[in-house]
Amino acid sequence: MDIAQMIAGVQGFTAIAGGLLIGLAAMGTAIGFGVLGGKFLEGVARQPELSPMLMVRMFLMAGLVDAFAAISLAMGLLLMFSKNPFLSAVLEHVTGQ
Amino acid sequence: MSDMNTITESEYVQHHMQNWQLNLHTGMFGNGGFWTLDLDTILVSVVLGVFFLAIFCWVSRRVVTGVPGRIQNAVELAVDSVDNTVKESFHGDRSTLAPMALTIFLWVLLMNFMDLLPLDLLPRIFSAVGAPHFRAVPTADLSLTLAMSLVVFALLIFYNFKAKGFFAVAKETMSRPFGWWMLPINVLFRIIDECVKPMSLALRLFGNMFAGELVFILIAMMPWWGQAPLGVVWTLFHVLVISIQAFIFMMLTIVYLSMAQEAH
Repeated sequence: MDIAQMIAGVQGFTAIAGGLLIGLAAMGTAIGFGVLGGKFLEGVARQPELSPMLMVRMFLMAGLVDAFAAISLAMGLLLMFSKNPFLSAVLEHVTGQ
Repeated sequence: MSDMNTITESEYVQHHMQNWQLNLHTGMFGNGGFWTLDLDTILVSVVLGVFFLAIFCWVSRRVVTGVPGRIQNAVELAVDSVDNTVKESFHGDRSTLAPMALTIFLWVLLMNFMDLLPLDLLPRIFSAVGAPHFRAVPTADLSLTLAMSLVVFALLIFYNFKAKGFFAVAKETMSRPFGWWMLPINVLFRIIDECVKPMSLALRLFGNMFAGELVFILIAMMPWWGQAPLGVVWTLFHVLVISIQAFIFMMLTIVYLSMAQEAH
């Protein structure tokens, strides 16, 4: 019973961590993208002839913004769906004793 | 996905997260710590690199001056647009940088494109040959992205010294950005600044491709009615991510090198 509780605790915290990783990553990118797209439209509205150049720059920045969110997303999904390193540490300890 | 009944979800994910590795200590398949070759990464990346070079070589040998064929058109478009991009941000002799940028862009693009193949296609084929694990996307392997960015890093240092000379680089390292009286901090800043560049290049590409692959794996574990719409949506989104990441890798290489070449 004790072990089950311990495992449940680790799993619960892992679920929260995964949720935070994915959710905060999504939120960060959403804000970043919003600001980026807004500024892009503003720039194009001011100087429409620059729009091809600005578009390239915007996509460049979009990729930069996206990268950290993607890394965070991958970490979260790995925690959730793959072998949980924290849980396996606990299990190792339990079976080792 | 026919053996979904016999293995669990996390086993399926882990199976797809493992490279086909060669242990250099023993000469056997398996993980050997640092001395490990990821055979699948090497195989796929070399095949794609040869494929890209072969097409470009073939086209360049039979260029026609009149109305170009379809492939020649595509090749000319790629060469021209990359050359223009380099010209915009890099001032100086671009006879090495422009071809390198083109190679980086197309090679990374092709390797990223392996993400859009059916997830189990290459692993199934290679498991028939005898490889226990196979990861089809070379750029989702940190060793490849880090290797590419280390090459960029070496070029960065080379261009720094070539364009400015040893003493100018030394002076710049010691006196910027805070002036001579903060010399150690300046040197420390410079070292961090230079080392962060290849790290961020490699981790960005790796992280994006890894996340994309992972989401594809998770989609593949769903029942068919979930796979179809989500797979289409994520594939469409991922086409964008793939090309943007390849473009960013190229663009940042160019920007870093032009920064290295110009005095601060």
